[in-house]
Amino acid sequence: MSAVVVENLTIRYGDFVAVDRVSFRAEFGEVTAILGPNGAGKTSTIETCEGYRAPTNGSVHVLEKNPFTQRTSLHSEVGVMLQEGGVYPSARVFETITQYCALYNRGIDPTTLLVAVDLESKATSTWRSLSGGEKQRMLLALALAARPRVAFLDEPTSGVDINGRDAIRHIINDLAANGTAVVLATHELDEAERLAQRVVLFHQGKIVANAPLATMRSAQHELRFSSVPTLNVQELSAHIGLEVTVIQDHFVVRFENTDSAFSSELVQRVSTWLNNNNLPLNNLSIGAQRLEDIFRNLTGGTQ
Amino acid sequence: MTALTTQLQAEMNVVRRNGEQLLVTLGIPLLLLGFFSAVDVLPTNEKDPVNFLVPGILALAVMSTSMVSLGIATGFERNYLVLKRLAATPLGTTRLIAAKTLSIAAVEAVQMILLISLGFLLGWSPQQANWLLALCAVVLGTFAFAGIGLFLAGNLRGEVNLAATNGLYLVLLLIGGIVFPLDKLPGALSAISRCLPTAALSDVLRNSLMSAGEHTTSSWIVLLVWAIAAPLLAAKTFKWN
Repeated sequence: MSAVVVENLTIRYGDFVAVDRVSFRAEFGEVTAILGPNGAGKTSTIETCEGYRAPTNGSVHVLEKNPFTQRTSLHSEVGVMLQEGGVYPSARVFETITQYCALYNRGIDPTTLLVAVDLESKATSTWRSLSGGEKQRMLLALALAARPRVAFLDEPTSGVDINGRDAIRHIINDLAANGTAVVLATHELDEAERLAQRVVLFHQGKIVANAPLATMRSAQHELRFSSVPTLNVQELSAHIGLEVTVIQDHFVVRFENTDSAFSSELVQRVSTWLNNNNLPLNNLSIGAQRLEDIFRNLTGGTQ
Repeated sequence: MTALTTQLQAEMNVVRRNGEQLLVTLGIPLLLLGFFSAVDVLPTNEKDPVNFLVPGILALAVMSTSMVSLGIATGFERNYLVLKRLAATPLGTTRLIAAKTLSIAAVEAVQMILLISLGFLLGWSPQQANWLLALCAVVLGTFAFAGIGLFLAGNLRGEVNLAATNGLYLVLLLIGGIVFPLDKLPGALSAISRCLPTAALSDVLRNSLMSAGEHTTSSWIVLLVWAIAAPLLAAKTFKWN
């Protein structure tokens, strides 16, 4: 059984179609990233899975239950992290974590949870006095209070500094490693790349890709390097027999053959051509394509 | 601890920490009762103004807690997405409302004890008081004002709700028969005031505590209508986030 099953989900707000016939699944023990730019339909989809709204068309099942009509029974096993807010400004950290542990009543010790999200030193602080990263960790703690079988996390690292991000990533990885199905909505491709096993790419309310991250990335490889801006791209393309494109300050060659001998030969041909033309070769890298580039390819360059 | 007692404790923490709410629910009613009982400037038609003031101030206390305090707190809870987050827990709407109701009842009990004690200290002497009838009036008043407070809280942004609720509180305080008798108001205003829940609650409390609850049928009807209509309107229009 899949933890989350979304089939032909459509969500309309009046005449506006926010989500258009999307289908995907999320499995236990995996992080599934719902990825896309702001306004792509991610939060509408997540909130339908959380039971906040009914689908206009199609169906959503979480732990084989309808989240809109069976929300009370479902919510004892589902952790939710809203994109922002959810706590009264004067509420104190440990008191709020204790409140949620008692509401979920899943045997989670509030002190252990406080330590897990590294907020022991802020136990008596009010919500309003926390930094962005501390607020996100506290919201994550409230989701963890459910000892969730499914966790819906909306932009968990948004506005968080590097150290805070590492802490949150560690908690999310642990959650999935312990068997929880983590559904993560984010517009940050780098975040999805670091955390997710499966990626569902949203664009303008539709899914443009839905596959395990490894499969998605291995479908195409790229060679990337920098040189002088005056490099003749057409001549180099003709020499190596593959199209060379310019992305920001880099020259990029995409190819589908993942054979290492092919990669070596390609590097050899490019470096020889540059050498023959007395051009420098800098920042050379070769390997699986980045999620950012896959997204650009699939959506025509918009993010 | 059960989900209900957990949430009740959280509600009481919010009440305890919001000083401005305690000012409205306890400070202002006690101040008005003390001041206008000691300074005889109100046209109360009574030899001793405290006899007119105590029932009216009890009505004001009910309005302060169930409309102003509940409405403003709930409005900000909507604004801060507290209600939205709670909706994703096993708490459920019924237990959330029960926790809020119990917290209102607790605050009102403290208010009644303090105000009635101060009234006695100031020389209030209830005549043929029917305390059970007065309690029924307080319960109906609580429903009516909670309905109004939640209607505003469920439809306005936090800051707008704050201003609207406080403004309404001031208007109802002045024209609701709490400190000024309705027959001292201009004719049209007096007629309108008699249809307000504040005037109805003041009237039935005054009659229940001062003359065994006689001659208040129209006020009971007005109060009953508000007690049914306002919560229904709030329930129908309330937006959780």
